[in-house]
Amino acid sequence: MAQNKWEVVVVGGGPAGLSAAIEAAKSGCRTLVVDANETAGGQLFKQIHKFFGSSAHRAGVRGIDIGGELLAECEKQGVEVWLNSVAIGLFKEKTVAVERGFDNGAKSVVVLEADRIVLASGASENAVRFRGWTLPGVMGAGAAQTMINVNRVLPGKNVLMIGSGNVGLIVSYQLMQAGADVKALVEAAPKIGGYAVHASKIARAGVPIHTGHTVLEARGDRRVEEADICAVDEKWQPLLETKKTLAVDTVTIAAGLKPLVELAMMHDCQMMFHPVLGGWAPLHDAKMETTSPGIYVAGDISGVEEANTALEEGKLAGISAAESLGKIGEADADRIRSEIWGRLDGLRLGPHGVMRMQAKSEQIDHYKSAQSA
Amino acid sequence: MSVENEGYLTIEELKAAGQYPSGARFQEGPVAVIECVQEIPCNPCETACRFGAIRVGEPITNLPKADEGKCTGCGLCVARCPGLAIFIVDKTYGEGLGAVSFPYEYFPLPSEGDEVTAVDRAGRGVCAGTVVKILAPESFDRTPVVTVAVPVGKAEDVRGIERAGQAGGQS
Ligand SMILES: Cc1cc2nc3c(=O)[nH]c(=O)nc-3n(C[C@H](O)[C@H](O)[C@H](O)COP(=O)(O)OP(=O)(O)OC[C@H]3O[C@@H](n4cnc5c(N)ncnc54)[C@H](O)[C@@H]3O)c2cc1C
Ligand code: SF4
Ligand code: SF4
Repeated sequence: MAQNKWEVVVVGGGPAGLSAAIEAAKSGCRTLVVDANETAGGQLFKQIHKFFGSSAHRAGVRGIDIGGELLAECEKQGVEVWLNSVAIGLFKEKTVAVERGFDNGAKSVVVLEADRIVLASGASENAVRFRGWTLPGVMGAGAAQTMINVNRVLPGKNVLMIGSGNVGLIVSYQLMQAGADVKALVEAAPKIGGYAVHASKIARAGVPIHTGHTVLEARGDRRVEEADICAVDEKWQPLLETKKTLAVDTVTIAAGLKPLVELAMMHDCQMMFHPVLGGWAPLHDAKMETTSPGIYVAGDISGVEEANTALEEGKLAGISAAESLGKIGEADADRIRSEIWGRLDGLRLGPHGVMRMQAKSEQIDHYKSAQSA
Repeated sequence: MSVENEGYLTIEELKAAGQYPSGARFQEGPVAVIECVQEIPCNPCETACRFGAIRVGEPITNLPKADEGKCTGCGLCVARCPGLAIFIVDKTYGEGLGAVSFPYEYFPLPSEGDEVTAVDRAGRGVCAGTVVKILAPESFDRTPVVTVAVPVGKAEDVRGIERAGQAGGQS
Protein backbone atom coordinates (compact mmCIF):
# COMPACT_ATOMS: atom_id res chain seq x y z
CA MET A 1 0.00 0.00 0.00
CA ALA A 2 1.42 3.28 -1.10
CA GLN A 3 1.06 6.38 1.05
CA ASN A 4 0.20 9.67 -0.47
CA LYS A 5 -0.21 13.16 0.95
CA TRP A 6 -2.23 15.91 -0.69
CA GLU A 7 -3.45 19.34 0.31
CA VAL A 8 -6.83 18.84 -1.30
CA VAL A 9 -8.39 15.54 -2.39
CA VAL A 10 -11.61 15.77 -4.39
CA VAL A 11 -13.77 12.64 -4.63
CA GLY A 12 -15.74 12.68 -7.88
CA GLY A 13 -14.85 14.40 -11.14
CA GLY A 14 -18.24 15.75 -12.19
CA PRO A 15 -18.89 19.47 -12.63
CA ALA A 16 -18.83 20.03 -8.85
CA GLY A 17 -15.59 18.15 -8.24
CA LEU A 18 -13.75 19.59 -11.23
CA SER A 19 -14.71 23.17 -10.44
CA ALA A 20 -13.69 22.69 -6.80
CA ALA A 21 -10.34 21.30 -7.93
CA ILE A 22 -9.78 24.15 -10.39
CA GLU A 23 -10.37 26.79 -7.71
CA ALA A 24 -8.21 25.01 -5.14
CA ALA A 25 -5.35 24.51 -7.60
CA LYS A 26 -5.61 28.11 -8.85
CA SER A 27 -5.02 29.26 -5.29
CA GLY A 28 -1.94 27.08 -5.09
CA CYS A 29 -3.16 23.90 -3.39
CA ARG A 30 -1.67 20.58 -4.43
CA THR A 31 -4.89 19.00 -5.63
CA LEU A 32 -5.97 15.50 -6.66
CA VAL A 33 -9.28 14.40 -8.15
CA VAL A 34 -10.24 10.72 -8.00
CA ASP A 35 -13.05 9.49 -10.22
CA ALA A 36 -14.53 6.04 -10.63
CA ASN A 37 -15.06 6.40 -14.37
CA GLU A 38 -12.82 6.08 -17.39
CA THR A 39 -13.24 9.76 -18.20
CA ALA A 40 -13.85 12.62 -15.81
CA GLY A 41 -16.85 14.91 -16.24
CA GLY A 42 -19.48 12.94 -14.33
CA GLN A 43 -22.98 13.34 -15.70
CA LEU A 44 -21.79 15.95 -18.19
CA PHE A 45 -20.41 13.39 -20.60
CA LYS A 46 -23.87 11.90 -21.07
CA GLN A 47 -25.54 15.25 -21.61
CA ILE A 48 -25.50 15.79 -25.35
CA HIS A 49 -28.21 18.46 -25.15
CA LYS A 50 -27.72 22.19 -24.85
CA PHE A 51 -27.88 23.33 -21.24
CA PHE A 52 -30.09 25.94 -19.68
CA GLY A 53 -28.70 28.66 -17.55
CA SER A 54 -27.41 32.16 -17.99
CA SER A 55 -24.84 33.03 -20.58
CA ALA A 56 -22.48 33.37 -17.58
CA HIS A 57 -22.94 29.62 -17.05
CA ARG A 58 -22.18 28.58 -20.61
CA ALA A 59 -25.90 28.29 -21.29
CA GLY A 60 -26.78 26.92 -24.67
CA VAL A 61 -23.57 24.87 -24.64
CA ARG A 62 -23.94 21.10 -24.60
CA GLY A 63 -23.09 19.38 -21.31
CA ILE A 64 -20.46 17.23 -22.98
CA ASP A 65 -18.64 20.33 -24.23
CA ILE A 66 -18.75 21.94 -20.76
CA GLY A 67 -17.08 18.77 -19.45
CA GLY A 68 -14.31 19.10 -22.02
CA GLU A 69 -13.69 22.73 -21.06
CA LEU A 70 -13.47 21.85 -17.36
CA LEU A 71 -10.96 19.06 -18.01
CA ALA A 72 -8.77 21.38 -20.08
CA GLU A 73 -8.86 23.96 -17.28
CA CYS A 74 -7.91 21.29 -14.70
CA GLU A 75 -4.91 20.41 -16.77
CA LYS A 76 -3.93 24.05 -17.11
CA GLN A 77 -4.12 24.57 -13.35
CA GLY A 78 -2.05 21.47 -12.65
CA VAL A 79 -4.78 19.39 -11.04
CA GLU A 80 -3.89 15.71 -10.93
CA VAL A 81 -6.75 13.47 -12.03
CA TRP A 82 -6.86 9.75 -11.30
CA LEU A 83 -9.40 7.87 -13.38
CA ASN A 84 -10.74 4.37 -12.77
CA SER A 85 -10.17 5.18 -9.12
CA VAL A 86 -12.93 4.56 -6.60
CA ALA A 87 -12.85 6.07 -3.14
CA ILE A 88 -13.89 3.04 -1.09
CA GLY A 89 -13.41 4.43 2.38
CA LEU A 90 -13.08 7.67 4.29
CA PHE A 91 -11.49 7.33 7.70
CA LYS A 92 -10.69 9.73 10.47
CA GLU A 93 -8.81 11.96 10.20
CA LYS A 94 -9.34 12.73 6.54
CA THR A 95 -7.82 9.55 5.15
CA VAL A 96 -9.16 8.25 1.86
CA ALA A 97 -8.79 4.68 0.62
CA VAL A 98 -8.80 4.55 -3.18
CA GLU A 99 -9.04 1.42 -5.27
CA ARG A 100 -7.32 1.90 -8.62
CA GLY A 101 -7.55 -0.25 -11.73
CA PHE A 102 -10.04 -2.43 -13.57
CA ASP A 103 -12.11 -5.41 -12.50
CA ASN A 104 -10.46 -7.56 -15.17
CA GLY A 105 -6.90 -6.41 -14.44
CA ALA A 106 -4.58 -5.48 -11.67
CA LYS A 107 -6.11 -3.51 -8.85
CA SER A 108 -4.42 -1.79 -5.99
CA VAL A 109 -5.54 0.18 -2.99
CA VAL A 110 -3.86 3.48 -2.26
CA VAL A 111 -4.32 5.30 1.04
CA LEU A 112 -4.31 9.06 0.78
CA GLU A 113 -3.92 11.60 3.53
CA ALA A 114 -5.55 14.90 2.78
CA ASP A 115 -5.48 18.24 4.53
CA ARG A 116 -8.87 19.04 3.02
CA ILE A 117 -11.40 16.79 1.30
CA VAL A 118 -14.17 17.77 -1.09
CA LEU A 119 -16.85 15.12 -1.54
CA ALA A 120 -18.49 15.55 -4.95
CA SER A 121 -19.74 12.04 -5.64
CA GLY A 122 -23.04 13.10 -7.21
CA ALA A 123 -26.21 11.06 -6.91
CA SER A 124 -27.63 7.64 -7.75
CA GLU A 125 -30.90 6.69 -9.43
CA ASN A 126 -33.96 5.62 -7.47
CA ALA A 127 -35.64 2.36 -8.42
CA VAL A 128 -39.37 1.70 -8.84
CA ARG A 129 -40.59 -1.78 -8.00
CA PHE A 130 -43.36 -3.41 -10.00
CA ARG A 131 -44.08 -6.95 -11.17
CA GLY A 132 -41.39 -7.88 -13.67
CA TRP A 133 -38.99 -5.11 -12.68
CA THR A 134 -36.05 -7.52 -12.62
CA LEU A 135 -36.52 -8.57 -16.26
CA PRO A 136 -33.72 -7.62 -18.65
CA GLY A 137 -34.89 -4.51 -20.47
CA VAL A 138 -35.96 -2.70 -17.30
CA MET A 139 -33.32 -0.14 -16.40
CA GLY A 140 -32.66 3.28 -14.96
CA ALA A 141 -33.07 6.17 -17.40
CA GLY A 142 -29.54 7.26 -16.54
CA ALA A 143 -28.26 3.80 -17.46
CA ALA A 144 -30.09 3.97 -20.79
CA GLN A 145 -28.55 7.40 -21.34
CA THR A 146 -25.06 6.03 -20.67
CA MET A 147 -25.73 3.21 -23.13
CA ILE A 148 -26.79 5.50 -25.98
CA ASN A 149 -24.54 8.49 -25.44
CA VAL A 150 -21.37 6.97 -24.03
CA ASN A 151 -21.36 3.37 -25.25
CA ARG A 152 -23.48 4.02 -28.37
CA VAL A 153 -25.66 0.97 -27.87
CA LEU A 154 -29.45 1.19 -28.21
CA PRO A 155 -31.04 -0.57 -25.21
CA GLY A 156 -34.18 -1.36 -27.22
CA LYS A 157 -36.39 -0.20 -30.04
CA ASN A 158 -39.66 0.56 -28.25
CA VAL A 159 -39.47 2.24 -24.89
CA LEU A 160 -41.83 2.98 -22.03
CA MET A 161 -40.49 5.81 -19.85
CA ILE A 162 -41.52 6.07 -16.20
CA GLY A 163 -41.29 9.55 -14.70
CA SER A 164 -41.69 13.06 -16.12
CA GLY A 165 -38.91 14.93 -14.36
CA ASN A 166 -36.24 16.50 -16.53
CA VAL A 167 -34.29 13.24 -16.61
CA GLY A 168 -37.29 11.31 -17.96
CA LEU A 169 -38.07 14.00 -20.51
CA ILE A 170 -34.50 14.51 -21.71
CA VAL A 171 -33.63 10.82 -21.89
CA SER A 172 -36.86 10.20 -23.86
CA TYR A 173 -35.74 12.81 -26.36
CA GLN A 174 -32.25 11.37 -26.59
CA LEU A 175 -33.55 7.81 -27.03
CA MET A 176 -35.45 9.06 -30.10
CA GLN A 177 -32.34 10.85 -31.33
CA ALA A 178 -30.53 7.52 -31.01
CA GLY A 179 -33.19 5.84 -33.14
CA ALA A 180 -35.61 4.31 -30.63
CA ASP A 181 -39.33 5.02 -30.40
CA VAL A 182 -40.75 6.13 -27.07
CA LYS A 183 -44.23 4.60 -26.99
CA ALA A 184 -45.39 6.47 -23.90
CA LEU A 185 -44.25 8.31 -20.82
CA VAL A 186 -46.19 7.73 -17.61
CA GLU A 187 -46.15 9.96 -14.54
CA ALA A 188 -48.09 9.13 -11.39
CA ALA A 189 -48.41 12.76 -10.30
CA PRO A 190 -51.18 14.86 -11.86
CA LYS A 191 -48.67 17.23 -13.48
CA ILE A 192 -45.47 16.92 -15.47
CA GLY A 193 -42.48 17.32 -13.15
CA GLY A 194 -39.82 18.69 -15.49
CA TYR A 195 -39.57 21.79 -17.63
CA ALA A 196 -42.42 22.44 -20.06
CA VAL A 197 -40.03 23.08 -22.94
CA HIS A 198 -38.50 19.59 -22.52
CA ALA A 199 -41.98 18.04 -22.39
CA SER A 200 -43.05 19.98 -25.50
CA LYS A 201 -40.04 18.64 -27.41
CA ILE A 202 -41.12 15.04 -26.95
CA ALA A 203 -44.85 15.77 -27.29
CA ARG A 204 -44.05 17.33 -30.67
CA ALA A 205 -42.20 14.15 -31.60
CA GLY A 206 -45.38 12.20 -30.94
CA VAL A 207 -44.73 10.78 -27.46
CA PRO A 208 -47.98 10.55 -25.50
CA ILE A 209 -47.44 11.80 -21.95
CA HIS A 210 -49.87 10.21 -19.48
CA THR A 211 -49.97 12.06 -16.18
CA GLY A 212 -51.85 10.32 -13.35
CA HIS A 213 -50.64 6.96 -14.69
CA THR A 214 -48.25 4.27 -13.52
CA VAL A 215 -46.66 1.04 -14.69
CA LEU A 216 -48.25 -2.14 -13.37
CA GLU A 217 -46.22 -4.96 -14.79
CA ALA A 218 -43.56 -5.83 -17.37
CA ARG A 219 -43.76 -9.26 -19.01
CA GLY A 220 -41.71 -11.28 -21.41
CA ASP A 221 -39.78 -14.44 -22.03
CA ARG A 222 -36.19 -13.66 -20.99
CA ARG A 223 -36.64 -9.94 -21.60
CA VAL A 224 -39.37 -7.32 -21.65
CA GLU A 225 -41.86 -7.85 -24.47
CA GLU A 226 -44.79 -5.85 -23.17
CA ALA A 227 -45.84 -3.70 -20.23
CA ASP A 228 -49.13 -2.73 -18.62
CA ILE A 229 -49.89 0.83 -17.60
CA CYS A 230 -52.98 2.20 -15.89
CA ALA A 231 -54.39 5.36 -14.35
CA VAL A 232 -54.05 5.99 -10.60
CA ASP A 233 -56.47 7.64 -8.18
CA GLU A 234 -55.55 10.64 -6.07
CA LYS A 235 -53.89 8.32 -3.52
CA TRP A 236 -51.75 6.89 -6.32
CA GLN A 237 -53.61 3.56 -6.16
CA PRO A 238 -53.94 1.82 -9.55
CA LEU A 239 -57.35 1.87 -11.24
CA LEU A 240 -57.14 -1.58 -12.78
CA GLU A 241 -60.11 -1.08 -15.07
CA THR A 242 -58.04 1.49 -17.01
CA LYS A 243 -55.26 -1.03 -17.76
CA LYS A 244 -53.63 -0.82 -21.18
CA THR A 245 -50.91 -3.05 -22.63
CA LEU A 246 -48.05 -1.55 -24.64
CA ALA A 247 -45.72 -3.53 -26.92
CA VAL A 248 -42.35 -2.36 -25.62
CA ASP A 249 -38.98 -4.05 -25.21
CA THR A 250 -37.53 -1.54 -22.76
CA VAL A 251 -38.84 0.13 -19.61
CA THR A 252 -36.72 3.01 -18.35
CA ILE A 253 -37.18 4.41 -14.88
CA ALA A 254 -36.62 8.09 -14.12
CA ALA A 255 -37.91 8.25 -10.56
CA GLY A 256 -35.48 10.75 -9.20
CA LEU A 257 -31.98 10.70 -7.81
CA LYS A 258 -30.63 10.53 -4.29
CA PRO A 259 -27.34 11.97 -3.05
CA LEU A 260 -24.47 9.45 -2.85
CA VAL A 261 -23.60 10.10 0.78
CA GLU A 262 -21.94 6.91 2.04
CA LEU A 263 -18.47 8.44 2.34
CA ALA A 264 -19.82 11.44 4.26
CA MET A 265 -21.59 9.06 6.64
CA MET A 266 -18.36 7.11 7.19
CA HIS A 267 -16.79 10.30 8.46
CA ASP A 268 -19.77 11.03 10.73
CA CYS A 269 -20.90 14.11 8.84
CA GLN A 270 -24.32 15.03 10.22
CA MET A 271 -27.16 14.57 7.77
CA MET A 272 -30.57 16.02 7.09
CA PHE A 273 -33.46 14.46 5.19
CA HIS A 274 -35.17 16.72 2.68
CA PRO A 275 -37.47 15.35 -0.04
CA VAL A 276 -36.78 18.34 -2.33
CA LEU A 277 -33.03 17.55 -2.25
CA GLY A 278 -33.49 13.85 -2.96
CA GLY A 279 -33.34 12.52 0.61
CA TRP A 280 -30.45 12.41 3.09
CA ALA A 281 -27.69 14.92 2.45
CA PRO A 282 -24.85 16.24 4.63
CA LEU A 283 -25.42 19.47 6.53
CA HIS A 284 -23.08 22.22 5.41
CA ASP A 285 -22.48 25.93 5.91
CA ALA A 286 -22.29 28.71 3.32
CA LYS A 287 -18.69 27.62 2.63
CA MET A 288 -19.89 24.07 1.86
CA GLU A 289 -18.02 22.70 4.91
CA THR A 290 -19.74 19.79 6.66
CA THR A 291 -19.97 19.20 10.40
CA SER A 292 -16.62 17.34 10.06
CA PRO A 293 -14.09 20.19 9.89
CA GLY A 294 -12.03 20.12 6.69
CA ILE A 295 -14.55 17.99 4.79
CA TYR A 296 -16.54 19.88 2.18
CA VAL A 297 -19.38 18.82 -0.12
CA ALA A 298 -20.51 20.19 -3.48
CA GLY A 299 -22.98 19.30 -6.21
CA ASP A 300 -25.63 16.61 -6.14
CA ILE A 301 -24.23 14.97 -2.97
CA SER A 302 -25.30 18.05 -1.04
CA GLY A 303 -28.80 17.88 -2.54
CA VAL A 304 -29.78 16.92 -6.08
CA GLU A 305 -29.91 20.00 -8.30
CA GLU A 306 -28.29 20.87 -11.62
CA ALA A 307 -24.91 21.13 -13.27
CA ASN A 308 -24.98 24.92 -12.97
CA THR A 309 -25.51 24.85 -9.23
CA ALA A 310 -22.96 22.02 -8.95
CA LEU A 311 -20.35 24.19 -10.70
CA GLU A 312 -20.99 27.10 -8.35
CA GLU A 313 -21.02 24.94 -5.22
CA GLY A 314 -17.77 23.36 -6.37
CA LYS A 315 -16.20 26.82 -6.59
CA LEU A 316 -17.44 27.65 -3.09
CA ALA A 317 -15.90 24.46 -1.71
CA GLY A 318 -12.61 24.90 -3.59
CA ILE A 319 -12.13 28.51 -2.52
CA SER A 320 -13.10 27.81 1.07
CA ALA A 321 -10.73 24.84 1.31
CA ALA A 322 -7.91 26.99 -0.08
CA GLU A 323 -8.77 29.79 2.35
CA SER A 324 -8.66 27.45 5.34
CA LEU A 325 -5.19 26.31 4.23
CA GLY A 326 -4.07 29.93 4.20
CA LYS A 327 -3.71 30.08 0.41
CA ILE A 328 -6.12 32.93 -0.05
CA GLY A 329 -7.07 35.76 2.28
CA GLU A 330 -10.39 35.96 4.04
CA ALA A 331 -11.42 39.22 2.39
CA ASP A 332 -10.80 37.85 -1.11
CA ALA A 333 -12.54 34.59 -0.29
CA ASP A 334 -15.53 36.43 1.13
CA ARG A 335 -15.82 38.64 -1.93
CA ILE A 336 -15.71 35.67 -4.34
CA ARG A 337 -18.15 33.71 -2.20
CA SER A 338 -20.66 36.51 -2.16
CA GLU A 339 -20.51 36.75 -5.98
CA ILE A 340 -21.10 33.01 -6.21
CA TRP A 341 -24.01 33.15 -3.79
CA GLY A 342 -25.54 35.90 -5.89
CA ARG A 343 -25.45 33.64 -8.94
CA LEU A 344 -26.71 30.64 -6.95
CA ASP A 345 -29.67 32.65 -5.69
CA GLY A 346 -30.44 33.63 -9.28
CA LEU A 347 -30.41 29.99 -10.35
CA ARG A 348 -32.74 29.01 -7.52
CA LEU A 349 -35.67 31.14 -8.59
CA GLY A 350 -38.82 30.33 -10.56
CA PRO A 351 -41.34 27.67 -9.63
CA HIS A 352 -38.71 24.90 -10.02
CA GLY A 353 -36.02 26.74 -8.11
CA VAL A 354 -37.60 28.38 -5.07
CA MET A 355 -38.27 25.04 -3.39
CA ARG A 356 -34.59 24.20 -3.71
CA MET A 357 -33.57 27.64 -2.44
CA GLN A 358 -35.77 27.05 0.61
CA ALA A 359 -34.41 23.54 1.17
CA LYS A 360 -30.79 24.69 0.85
CA SER A 361 -31.30 27.44 3.40
CA GLU A 362 -32.88 24.93 5.80
CA GLN A 363 -29.73 22.82 5.38
CA ILE A 364 -27.55 25.76 6.37
CA ASP A 365 -29.85 26.66 9.31
CA HIS A 366 -29.66 23.06 10.56
CA TYR A 367 -25.90 23.19 10.25
CA LYS A 368 -25.88 26.27 12.48
CA SER A 369 -28.05 24.66 15.13
CA ALA A 370 -26.00 21.44 14.96
CA GLN A 371 -22.84 23.50 15.55
CA SER A 372 -24.24 25.45 18.47
CA ALA A 373 -25.76 22.34 20.13
CA MET B 1 -53.03 23.76 -18.47
CA SER B 2 -52.49 21.33 -21.32
CA VAL B 3 -48.76 21.98 -21.14
CA GLU B 4 -48.64 20.73 -17.55
CA ASN B 5 -50.60 17.56 -18.24
CA GLU B 6 -50.00 16.60 -21.85
CA GLY B 7 -46.74 18.43 -22.36
CA TYR B 8 -47.72 20.70 -25.23
CA LEU B 9 -49.01 24.25 -25.36
CA THR B 10 -52.24 25.19 -27.03
CA ILE B 11 -52.49 28.42 -29.00
CA GLU B 12 -54.89 29.66 -26.34
CA GLU B 13 -52.29 29.06 -23.61
CA LEU B 14 -49.66 30.82 -25.67
CA LYS B 15 -51.86 33.82 -26.31
CA ALA B 16 -52.81 33.95 -22.64
CA ALA B 17 -49.08 34.13 -21.80
CA GLY B 18 -48.99 37.38 -23.75
CA GLN B 19 -46.10 36.43 -26.02
CA TYR B 20 -47.90 35.68 -29.23
CA PRO B 21 -47.27 37.92 -32.25
CA SER B 22 -50.18 40.07 -33.39
CA GLY B 23 -52.13 39.33 -36.56
CA ALA B 24 -50.77 42.54 -38.07
CA ARG B 25 -47.17 41.50 -37.39
CA PHE B 26 -47.75 38.12 -39.04
CA GLN B 27 -48.89 39.97 -42.18
CA GLU B 28 -45.57 41.83 -42.36
CA GLY B 29 -43.46 38.71 -42.79
CA PRO B 30 -41.43 36.20 -40.81
CA VAL B 31 -41.45 36.60 -37.04
CA ALA B 32 -40.17 34.63 -34.04
CA VAL B 33 -42.77 32.83 -31.92
CA ILE B 34 -41.29 32.11 -28.49
CA GLU B 35 -43.09 29.20 -26.86
CA CYS B 36 -41.47 29.41 -23.43
CA VAL B 37 -44.04 30.17 -20.74
CA GLN B 38 -42.48 28.75 -17.57
CA GLU B 39 -40.06 30.63 -15.34
CA ILE B 40 -36.85 28.63 -15.73
CA PRO B 41 -33.28 29.83 -15.19
CA CYS B 42 -32.38 30.43 -18.81
CA ASN B 43 -31.47 33.34 -21.11
CA PRO B 44 -29.40 32.45 -24.20
CA CYS B 45 -32.21 33.71 -26.46
CA GLU B 46 -31.54 37.20 -25.14
CA THR B 47 -27.90 37.25 -26.23
CA ALA B 48 -28.66 35.37 -29.46
CA CYS B 49 -30.74 38.22 -30.86
CA ARG B 50 -28.59 41.01 -32.22
CA PHE B 51 -31.62 43.21 -32.79
CA GLY B 52 -32.49 43.33 -29.10
CA ALA B 53 -35.89 41.82 -29.80
CA ILE B 54 -35.76 39.39 -26.85
CA ARG B 55 -35.39 40.50 -23.27
CA VAL B 56 -35.03 38.28 -20.20
CA GLY B 57 -33.14 40.56 -17.79
CA GLU B 58 -32.65 39.84 -14.09
CA PRO B 59 -33.41 37.47 -12.50
CA ILE B 60 -32.85 35.03 -15.32
CA THR B 61 -35.98 33.14 -14.40
CA ASN B 62 -37.97 35.97 -16.02
CA LEU B 63 -39.94 34.87 -19.06
CA PRO B 64 -38.42 35.97 -22.36
CA LYS B 65 -40.25 39.03 -23.66
CA ALA B 66 -40.35 39.44 -27.41
CA ASP B 67 -40.59 42.78 -29.16
CA GLU B 68 -42.37 41.96 -32.42
CA GLY B 69 -41.52 45.38 -33.81
CA LYS B 70 -37.78 44.77 -33.48
CA CYS B 71 -37.86 41.15 -34.66
CA THR B 72 -36.74 40.70 -38.25
CA GLY B 73 -37.49 36.99 -38.33
CA CYS B 74 -33.81 36.31 -39.06
CA GLY B 75 -33.97 33.02 -37.13
CA LEU B 76 -30.65 33.32 -35.28
CA CYS B 77 -32.31 32.62 -31.94
CA VAL B 78 -33.85 29.29 -33.02
CA ALA B 79 -30.78 27.08 -32.75
CA ARG B 80 -29.52 28.90 -29.66
CA CYS B 81 -32.52 28.11 -27.48
CA PRO B 82 -31.72 24.99 -25.42
CA GLY B 83 -35.45 24.45 -24.92
CA LEU B 84 -35.95 24.23 -28.70
CA ALA B 85 -38.87 26.53 -28.01
CA ILE B 86 -38.48 29.24 -30.67
CA PHE B 87 -40.04 28.99 -34.12
CA ILE B 88 -40.07 31.34 -37.10
CA VAL B 89 -43.47 31.65 -38.71
CA ASP B 90 -43.81 33.34 -42.10
CA LYS B 91 -47.38 33.76 -43.22
CA THR B 92 -46.29 35.68 -46.33
CA TYR B 93 -44.12 32.93 -47.79
CA GLY B 94 -46.03 32.54 -51.06
CA GLU B 95 -49.41 32.37 -52.71
CA GLY B 96 -51.52 30.54 -50.11
CA LEU B 97 -48.34 29.28 -48.45
CA GLY B 98 -46.77 29.83 -45.10
CA ALA B 99 -43.37 28.67 -43.87
CA VAL B 100 -42.39 27.40 -40.44
CA SER B 101 -38.79 27.03 -39.26
CA PHE B 102 -37.97 24.80 -36.32
CA PRO B 103 -34.94 23.11 -34.74
CA TYR B 104 -34.55 19.49 -35.80
CA GLU B 105 -31.99 17.28 -34.05
CA TYR B 106 -32.97 13.83 -35.36
CA PHE B 107 -31.35 11.49 -37.85
CA PRO B 108 -31.65 11.30 -40.76
CA LEU B 109 -31.96 14.94 -41.62
CA PRO B 110 -34.48 15.50 -44.44
CA SER B 111 -33.34 17.07 -47.70
CA GLU B 112 -34.56 20.23 -49.38
CA GLY B 113 -37.46 19.37 -51.64
CA ASP B 114 -38.66 16.41 -49.53
CA GLU B 115 -42.40 15.98 -49.18
CA VAL B 116 -43.10 15.45 -45.47
CA THR B 117 -45.94 15.18 -43.00
CA ALA B 118 -46.03 18.33 -40.93
CA VAL B 119 -47.02 17.86 -37.28
CA ASP B 120 -48.47 20.17 -34.66
CA ARG B 121 -47.36 20.80 -31.07
CA ALA B 122 -48.86 17.45 -30.02
CA GLY B 123 -47.03 15.55 -32.76
CA ARG B 124 -50.25 14.99 -34.74
CA GLY B 125 -49.94 15.06 -38.50
CA VAL B 126 -51.86 18.10 -39.75
CA CYS B 127 -50.94 18.49 -43.42
CA ALA B 128 -48.40 17.74 -46.10
CA GLY B 129 -45.45 20.08 -46.36
CA THR B 130 -42.33 20.61 -48.43
CA VAL B 131 -38.90 21.06 -46.92
CA VAL B 132 -37.66 24.31 -48.44
CA LYS B 133 -34.56 25.09 -46.40
CA ILE B 134 -32.12 23.41 -44.04
CA LEU B 135 -29.56 25.51 -42.22
CA ALA B 136 -26.82 23.95 -40.15
CA PRO B 137 -23.79 26.26 -40.00
CA GLU B 138 -21.15 25.60 -37.37
CA SER B 139 -22.52 28.44 -35.23
CA PHE B 140 -25.75 26.46 -34.77
CA ASP B 141 -23.66 23.88 -32.89
CA ARG B 142 -25.28 20.75 -34.33
CA THR B 143 -28.85 22.00 -34.15
CA PRO B 144 -30.07 22.14 -37.75
CA VAL B 145 -32.98 24.48 -38.47
CA VAL B 146 -35.48 23.10 -40.98
CA THR B 147 -38.06 25.20 -42.82
CA VAL B 148 -41.20 23.63 -44.27
CA ALA B 149 -43.72 25.27 -46.54
CA VAL B 150 -47.30 24.46 -45.60
CA PRO B 151 -50.74 25.85 -46.43
CA VAL B 152 -50.79 29.30 -44.86
CA GLY B 153 -53.80 28.37 -42.70
CA LYS B 154 -51.68 25.72 -40.96
CA ALA B 155 -48.62 27.87 -40.29
CA GLU B 156 -49.66 28.69 -36.74
CA ASP B 157 -50.18 24.99 -35.92
CA VAL B 158 -47.24 23.29 -37.60
CA ARG B 159 -44.24 22.93 -35.28
CA GLY B 160 -42.27 20.07 -36.77
CA ILE B 161 -42.31 17.11 -39.11
CA GLU B 162 -42.78 13.42 -38.60
CA ARG B 163 -39.45 11.78 -37.93
CA ALA B 164 -38.29 9.37 -40.62
CA GLY B 165 -39.08 5.90 -39.38
CA GLN B 166 -41.67 7.14 -36.89
CA ALA B 167 -44.57 4.72 -37.14
CA GLY B 168 -47.22 6.81 -38.85
CA GLY B 169 -47.47 9.47 -36.16
CA GLN B 170 -49.49 9.07 -32.98
CA SER B 171 -53.04 9.81 -32.08
C1 LIG C 1 -30.64 13.08 -17.96
C2 LIG C 1 -30.06 14.24 -17.21
C3 LIG C 1 -30.15 15.53 -17.78
C4 LIG C 1 -29.62 16.63 -17.13
N1 LIG C 1 -29.71 17.86 -17.74
C5 LIG C 1 -29.21 18.97 -17.12
C6 LIG C 1 -29.30 20.28 -17.73
O1 LIG C 1 -29.84 20.45 -18.83
N2 LIG C 1 -28.78 21.33 -17.06
C7 LIG C 1 -28.18 21.16 -15.85
O2 LIG C 1 -27.70 22.16 -15.30
N3 LIG C 1 -28.09 19.97 -15.26
C8 LIG C 1 -28.60 18.84 -15.86
N4 LIG C 1 -28.51 17.60 -15.25
C9 LIG C 1 -27.99 17.50 -13.89
C10 LIG C 1 -26.50 17.47 -13.80
O3 LIG C 1 -25.97 16.56 -14.73
C11 LIG C 1 -26.09 17.08 -12.38
O4 LIG C 1 -26.80 17.86 -11.45
C12 LIG C 1 -24.61 17.34 -12.19
O5 LIG C 1 -23.87 16.53 -13.07
C13 LIG C 1 -24.19 17.06 -10.76
O6 LIG C 1 -22.81 17.25 -10.67
P1 LIG C 1 -21.92 16.51 -9.60
O7 LIG C 1 -20.54 16.91 -9.90
O8 LIG C 1 -22.48 16.77 -8.27
O9 LIG C 1 -22.15 14.95 -9.84
P2 LIG C 1 -21.88 13.97 -11.11
O10 LIG C 1 -21.90 14.72 -12.39
O11 LIG C 1 -22.82 12.87 -10.92
O12 LIG C 1 -20.40 13.47 -10.86
C14 LIG C 1 -20.06 12.64 -9.80
C15 LIG C 1 -18.82 11.88 -10.16
O13 LIG C 1 -18.34 11.24 -9.00
C16 LIG C 1 -17.88 9.96 -9.29
N5 LIG C 1 -17.94 9.17 -8.06
C17 LIG C 1 -19.01 8.90 -7.29
N6 LIG C 1 -18.65 8.17 -6.22
C18 LIG C 1 -17.31 8.01 -6.31
C19 LIG C 1 -16.36 7.34 -5.50
N7 LIG C 1 -16.70 6.72 -4.37
N8 LIG C 1 -15.08 7.36 -5.91
C20 LIG C 1 -14.71 7.98 -7.04
N9 LIG C 1 -15.57 8.63 -7.84
C21 LIG C 1 -16.86 8.63 -7.48
C22 LIG C 1 -18.82 9.49 -10.37
O14 LIG C 1 -18.24 8.48 -11.16
C23 LIG C 1 -19.03 10.77 -11.17
O15 LIG C 1 -18.10 10.90 -12.21
C24 LIG C 1 -29.01 16.47 -15.87
C25 LIG C 1 -28.92 15.19 -15.30
C26 LIG C 1 -29.41 14.08 -15.94
C27 LIG C 1 -29.29 12.72 -15.32
S1 SF4 D 1 -35.75 35.93 -35.30
FE1 SF4 D 1 -33.89 37.20 -35.30
S2 SF4 D 1 -34.66 39.24 -34.82
FE2 SF4 D 1 -36.30 37.84 -34.28
S3 SF4 D 1 -36.00 37.42 -32.12
FE3 SF4 D 1 -34.90 35.81 -33.23
S4 SF4 D 1 -32.82 36.56 -33.43
FE4 SF4 D 1 -34.09 38.32 -32.88
S1 SF4 E 1 -33.43 30.34 -24.56
FE1 SF4 E 1 -35.32 29.24 -25.03
S2 SF4 E 1 -35.79 28.04 -23.18
FE2 SF4 E 1 -34.28 29.61 -22.61
S3 SF4 E 1 -35.51 31.34 -21.85
FE3 SF4 E 1 -35.09 31.71 -24.04
S4 SF4 E 1 -36.88 30.82 -25.08
FE4 SF4 E 1 -36.88 29.99 -23.00
